[in-house]
Amino acid sequence: MRRRFLLMAFSLAMVALALLAVTPAHAQGPNLDDETNRIAKTLYCPVCPNTPLDVCSTQACAQWRALIKEMLQQGKTEEQIRAYFVQQYGDVVLGAPPAQGFNWLAYILPAIGIVLGAAIAWFTVRQWIVRRGEGAPPAQVTVPKEYADRIEKDLKEL
Amino acid sequence: MPRWIQAAVFVLVIAVIVFFAFGLRVRGEAQPSSGPAPDFTLKTFDGATYRLSELKGQVVVINFWASWCVPCRDEAPFLQKTWEQYKDRGVVFLGVDWVDPEPDARAYIKEFGVTYPNGPDLGTVIAPLYRIKGVPETYFVGKDGNLAGNSLGPIGDNTGYMTQAQFVQKLETLLAAK
Repeated sequence: MRRRFLLMAFSLAMVALALLAVTPAHAQGPNLDDETNRIAKTLYCPVCPNTPLDVCSTQACAQWRALIKEMLQQGKTEEQIRAYFVQQYGDVVLGAPPAQGFNWLAYILPAIGIVLGAAIAWFTVRQWIVRRGEGAPPAQVTVPKEYADRIEKDLKEL
Repeated sequence: MPRWIQAAVFVLVIAVIVFFAFGLRVRGEAQPSSGPAPDFTLKTFDGATYRLSELKGQVVVINFWASWCVPCRDEAPFLQKTWEQYKDRGVVFLGVDWVDPEPDARAYIKEFGVTYPNGPDLGTVIAPLYRIKGVPETYFVGKDGNLAGNSLGPIGDNTGYMTQAQFVQKLETLLAAK
């Protein structure tokens, strides 16, 4: 009897372990919240601009976070969730504009600025170096004739 | 310094100034209250499609709302009641749901028993046309397709915005107009 009971308990424990093993990681409480916050951190609600979704305290943002969590529970990937939010609410939900069309300016302008700045710095430094290399023009010293004659005379006497 | 670099810097600075000036101007513009109503297409939660320009000849009330918006909840029963009174008199109500998760929006519609056409502002393309600053905001479109005023806050008697009587009066005025 006791042996049968032990066998049954062991079987139940094995089944429970097996069930835990096949439960997807994303369905676990703490991990799901972390994952939700990680994705929310990259999204912005238009109701409170410049505030990431994970720290925004409005009811709208709370609903969005709940939706992210629900989608994760449904097994959606981060890309699918982000794509859904963009489709529903537009590019404004993204932290940075997608690199396409007119948005390219946002990515190109800083690079152009850096290149131009570097060119200006290079030309400026080069001009400084050239000027320093040329040095100051020799000064034209005019010695009065009487001093010049005297110096000549003194030199001959040496 | 070569002239081409000087010219490039000049052009870049001017472009940046123009870019930011344009952005500030657009952002600072007030919501429209007259002139041709910006056209849009609204696909409702029920799957029907409404194009504003196709509703010419009828009075249209466009109400921007969201389920998380408390003042929207205050005005929802009044809007539904008024819609029921005017729906057979050539008045169309269009509810535009702004940045709202669909399940919450559907729950809101069910909670208040809203039966006039309501749909999400997919991709947030309608709201910028009307330059809305928040919700609720309500826009009136006359039979001629022109905007005929707005309420930039909740409709109610103690809201500081349009009162319920003024709302009804506005509908009557627009219906009476040719």
